Amino acid sequence: MSDSSAVLSIRELVKVYDFVPVLRQLDLDVAQSDCVALLGPNGSGKSTLLRLIAGLIKPSSGTIEIGGWQMPKEAAAVRAQIGMVSHQSLLYGNLTARENLVFFARMYDLPKSERDDRIAALLEQVGLSRRAESLVRTFSRGMQQRLSIARALLHSPHVLLFDEPYSGLDQDAAAMLDEVILRTHQDGQTMMISTHLLERAQRVATRVMILNRGRVVLDQSAAAIAEHQLASVYARAIADNGVVKDSTPASPVTEPAS
Amino acid sequence: MKTGFWQVTFAVLRKDMLAEMRSRELLSVMGLFALLSVIIFSFALELDREARETAISGVIWVTVAFASIIGLNRSMNSEREQGNFDALLLAPVDRSALFLGKFLGNFLVVLLVGLVLLPLGTLLYNITLIQPWVLLILVLGIFGLSSIGTLLAAMTAQTRARDALLSIAMLPIVLPVLLAAVRATTSIISNEPIENWITWPQILLVVDLIYLVLCFFTFGFVIEE
Repeated sequence: MSDSSAVLSIRELVKVYDFVPVLRQLDLDVAQSDCVALLGPNGSGKSTLLRLIAGLIKPSSGTIEIGGWQMPKEAAAVRAQIGMVSHQSLLYGNLTARENLVFFARMYDLPKSERDDRIAALLEQVGLSRRAESLVRTFSRGMQQRLSIARALLHSPHVLLFDEPYSGLDQDAAAMLDEVILRTHQDGQTMMISTHLLERAQRVATRVMILNRGRVVLDQSAAAIAEHQLASVYARAIADNGVVKDSTPASPVTEPAS
Repeated sequence: MKTGFWQVTFAVLRKDMLAEMRSRELLSVMGLFALLSVIIFSFALELDREARETAISGVIWVTVAFASIIGLNRSMNSEREQGNFDALLLAPVDRSALFLGKFLGNFLVVLLVGLVLLPLGTLLYNITLIQPWVLLILVLGIFGLSSIGTLLAAMTAQTRARDALLSIAMLPIVLPVLLAAVRATTSIISNEPIENWITWPQILLVVDLIYLVLCFFTFGFVIEE
């Protein structure tokens, strides 16, 4: 049974690529307004998990439920509840920022009457109002990531997924992206962010989840981890591979250690 | 919950046309290739006027086929480069609508190149190519090339050797289209009676419909894992 208050509910999720299990019997509930930082070494299954939630790939077994809709049975309904920001911009370089957003607004069937106001508000939110008519290929990587967030928020998704959003950003651009993420989270947006940057994860997240070899090895409230301690918690979790015990988990680690 | 089929189709078509009008990336590369190809063939066949007359339809269709391969590759790569195809797949849309939008965009661009080739061929080979029946064959032939080409380009875009793979995969499959188009064009410009060649456009029409239906229903499986 899924937690009834959860926006996102995952049960016994398994993903196997060419006989190699990437995710093993994963259970997870994400509550409304949670900001979950998904950490783990390369190949731990972070991106696979996000792509499964987004419906870009199909699970080998298990269920994913978002806003009461089940994947893959009700894939279109689930997709309407998801926004995704990837390390790639997912934008068209030969279109302007506004044209990109208009195109995706059409793809998400945003009513024409609301479209212009929504696009203007989002461009304002990500600080790109002045560059609305500029071609995206002229944007810096940081600006493209901010526009990506506007694209992902266009249809007011229940859950916003970030897959390595800081990849390729310099310190200033990453700080600016942090600001946009924090502001978006303050508006009550539920989020999951996969990253390797532990400090950034701790700054923006309300909950920290560490994956290793396809299993959740730590799931804890970000507030419960003392400042500057995340690195040692992370190292311990990866070394112990699933035997981390903590008195203040945000939600139980449902995956038993193998 | 899904976005309307035609809304998605026309949104994709409009986006592709807008991007192409701005960058002219496809038209310039395909157009230049077509121009060079026709000129080189014209020089190669210059000494033998009779051979030139019989070879013109082959020259035109080989040029159109290779130009379309170049265009299809670039068109699908532009979707892959920034992960844009993922953005399309994230939307609650019918995958067939995405296919139709991409196909119509590719069809229009290749058709434009084909339409430029006709007066160019007329000028260089001194044979009247601008005829209503030749135009119809051009539309039907390019329709078939673009539909199966869009599907194959979506498949090969996910591979490393995509440029070579598309040619290798596409040319054998479009053989019926090329064969029917070349035979029909040759007969039309030789002023043969219509009953001698009307079967070829009919074959083209049937092959086009089979390709379209096949691609329409399989595109979703091809682009998803």
